[in-house]
Amino acid sequence: MSQLWSFPGGIHPAENKQQSTSRPIRKAGIPERLVLPLQQHIGEPAEPVVAPGDRVLKGQKVADVTGGLGVPVHAPTSGTIESISRHPVPHPSGMEDWCITLIPDGDDRWCELNPTSEYRKLDREGVLEKIREAGISGMGGAGFPAHIKLRPPSDRKVDILILNGAECEPYITADDMAMRERANEIHSGLKVMAWVLRPERCIIAIEDNKPQAIEAMRRASEGTQAEVVVIPTKYPSGGEKQLIQILTGMEVPHGGIPADIGVMCQNVGTAIAVSRAVFRGEPLISRITTVTGEGVSEPGNFETLIGTPIRHLLDQAGFDPKRINRLILGGPMMGYTLENTEVPAVKTTNCIIAATEAELPLPPPEQPCIRCGLCADGCPMELLPQQLFWHAKAQDFDRAEHLNLFDCIECGVCSYVCPSSIPLVQYYRYAKGEIRTQRAEQVRADRARERFEARQARLDREQQEKELRRQERAKAAAEAQAKKKAEAEKAVVSGEAPDERDAKAAMVQEALARKKARSAAKETMPNGAGGAEKPDVEALEKQLEQARGKLETMERMLEDAKATEADNVEKLERAVTKNLDRVKRAEDALADARKQLETEPGE
Amino acid sequence: MSLLQQSSPHAHRARPTSRVMQWVILAALPGLFAQTLFFGWGNLINVIWCMLLALAAEAAVLQIRGKPVAFFLRDHTAAVTGLLLGLSLPPFVPWWVAAVAVIAAIVLAKQLYGGLGANPFNPAMVGYALVLVSFPVAMTTNWAEAGMLWDAPGFGETLNIIFSGQQTAIDAYTMATPLDEYKHKIATHTAAEVLQHPTFGAGVAKGWEWVNGAFLFGGLVLLALRIISWHIPVSFLAGLALMSLAFGNNPDQYAPVSMHLLAGGTMLGAFFIATDPVSAATSHKGKLIYGASIGVLIYLIRSWGNYPDAVAFSVLLMNFAVPFIDHYTPPRTYGHHKPPRGIPGKTG
Repeated sequence: MSQLWSFPGGIHPAENKQQSTSRPIRKAGIPERLVLPLQQHIGEPAEPVVAPGDRVLKGQKVADVTGGLGVPVHAPTSGTIESISRHPVPHPSGMEDWCITLIPDGDDRWCELNPTSEYRKLDREGVLEKIREAGISGMGGAGFPAHIKLRPPSDRKVDILILNGAECEPYITADDMAMRERANEIHSGLKVMAWVLRPERCIIAIEDNKPQAIEAMRRASEGTQAEVVVIPTKYPSGGEKQLIQILTGMEVPHGGIPADIGVMCQNVGTAIAVSRAVFRGEPLISRITTVTGEGVSEPGNFETLIGTPIRHLLDQAGFDPKRINRLILGGPMMGYTLENTEVPAVKTTNCIIAATEAELPLPPPEQPCIRCGLCADGCPMELLPQQLFWHAKAQDFDRAEHLNLFDCIECGVCSYVCPSSIPLVQYYRYAKGEIRTQRAEQVRADRARERFEARQARLDREQQEKELRRQERAKAAAEAQAKKKAEAEKAVVSGEAPDERDAKAAMVQEALARKKARSAAKETMPNGAGGAEKPDVEALEKQLEQARGKLETMERMLEDAKATEADNVEKLERAVTKNLDRVKRAEDALADARKQLETEPGE
Repeated sequence: MSLLQQSSPHAHRARPTSRVMQWVILAALPGLFAQTLFFGWGNLINVIWCMLLALAAEAAVLQIRGKPVAFFLRDHTAAVTGLLLGLSLPPFVPWWVAAVAVIAAIVLAKQLYGGLGANPFNPAMVGYALVLVSFPVAMTTNWAEAGMLWDAPGFGETLNIIFSGQQTAIDAYTMATPLDEYKHKIATHTAAEVLQHPTFGAGVAKGWEWVNGAFLFGGLVLLALRIISWHIPVSFLAGLALMSLAFGNNPDQYAPVSMHLLAGGTMLGAFFIATDPVSAATSHKGKLIYGASIGVLIYLIRSWGNYPDAVAFSVLLMNFAVPFIDHYTPPRTYGHHKPPRGIPGKTG
């Protein structure tokens, strides 16, 4: 028995797990339609590699991430791609995102699989590539791509690999049932991960309220290096940071990752997926999801195809829509409510609670904080929830951040124990959101400033260059003038000058005559008499184009000026109106000219 | 199917503020019973009078402030303030002294600062301190002589004494408190001589030891129910006891430690008054500093100050220090090397 540590705070909420552990894992079956969100993981969304109308086989890749962080998405069964469109996805905001919709053909026919029994013959990268190709992202909660997590920074060595089977949140039993029924698969997945990481210790951590899972995992890992460690039941012992603290006594440094202290946590569901990816060559196309709550008559766990609409899943468990007042995705401590039942189950969907009013009643109205400190006593991160609440409420975000707001894991313990039923976590989410928004705005403003400064520098440079050229020209002109003067003086001496002066005068006369003729022609034109000049459409078009070009430039400048809040906005606005007028006049002139041409077909 | 949109957590444990306050009131009843048994009906009448007045004052101010009256009265915090004043005031104190204390507590110290949760000072102690400095005679001469209930003035008579203002009628039943007596006599007498006075009785201080014992019992109930944490009472009593052992171990000069702990308002202060969460420090370390400092201050004021009992002043003085204590005693957050001290952008 290895030594255990404890984490500060924590609570013992009603577990409500027995409802969903009385039945074995059932298959949820193939629904009428599968909706596969392109982003089910942290990182870049996957891009579709199929088109509507394509026929796909079970396990075939339908979307992939080519650049950046992410994992591919696979068809959970064979069928036809119906569409690639926006569809509601599981998200606290109820937002829509891009999804591939698949109409199953019922054959459930596999594509060709590529199993490996001798993974040890592959190199490390080969195994990681298999894991990536199988589309595995962490199945415990956040959905971080597994192949990235399994490749810690080169200067970090993972000494302890922890398989997280704590499952501390009430109601959820997906990991519990997986450990009871699929202990061997979990163990073989753990073996693969251990082979990749070469840790000194492998720990399977399970809370002591799951005796059957503990027994099953002990049997599966008998005679191997992996040790099953039973930890006391206390929420949130399954939080990564808390579990590491319980098992090692160490803390993940602020802003760091567990690998910084030589630890890595993986979820038991991820282990199953890894095992299937390697030994069967199967991608991640299904997971175990708990469907529970008093709103379903037959709560239990379901082997669920990724993309199965929640409604289908609920119906499998005997759903009574009339009884429930809220539908929670995840657990009662950290899950979020759903707006409708059409959202699909994704790779991270571990639990659905169809809760009645009696089961999870609304908290009483919020009362003033009486500084009782129960929140601080319960906080597993040893934050000061009360002070964070004050600062969040006062929008004093600097102070909230100073008190380590961003270390809050939103476990919900503080709200759970608050005698004044203050929705504390909600205040922290609000403060975090505001701070993130402010930061993003700061970045945008900085960029705009940089852009403005660069533009200003360019304009200054151009002005200087222009000035320089002007000076050069002036110098050259002065020189030429001096030369000419000198020559003229020379010529006066030789008597050539008068001729030149006459020639110049003649040229001026000629130009004046031309001008006179032109204005005479213009005067006669409106009458159309005397075979006036044809309106020069081409020239007018050119004029219009120039005017438009200028207007565009002005508008661009105005936009820039507005973005940087420069003080020449007003001037530019006037210039834009002026140019608008000019464009209008040019357009009118052009239209007139065209009309004229049409009415005078003879010309 | 209409689905509720609610943010996590969805589960809550119900022990609202009102329930907490109910427990505080219940836990104070043994003490009130002991007071009544040994010092007559005065405290019980005071408690009822103060609680009624506190609720009325709270309701009136809430009404003026445009707040929901019933919603806030149901949190029982005003009732607790009234209760604590009723338990602390001398049993035969005239009704108007109690009224001044209660109104100062509820209107000045609580509601004018913003009501529940916003008051920096313990309301009951503000009221108590105000009447103590304003009406010193009424506050020192109306303590009852310890005896059994059946020897003391009857309920009707006590009621008459308190509300008619005929203070002269009760001179036969009043007496200085043991701490007062000891403090004033020890300068000219030996400990043995001082203890001859009937106020001390056979034990530490006649009647008072039982009252303190009863409040200790009530306090332990609150501890067991986790309504208060151990930090403030334990450090409070330890601070007082250690000061007494270190500086006052000569009974011919100073009151002995047993008298400090079991005479006067020590247990009521340690478990029911100093533990008021609104005006106390919040972190565990902060609570230890806060409680110990109150204990030390009580000893200093009792031994070298002008007041025989000093719970109110010590608590108020430390209320002043709470923001300072909180500022320097935050816990170290998981994954950090040191606690977040000082203010943002500066070190300290």
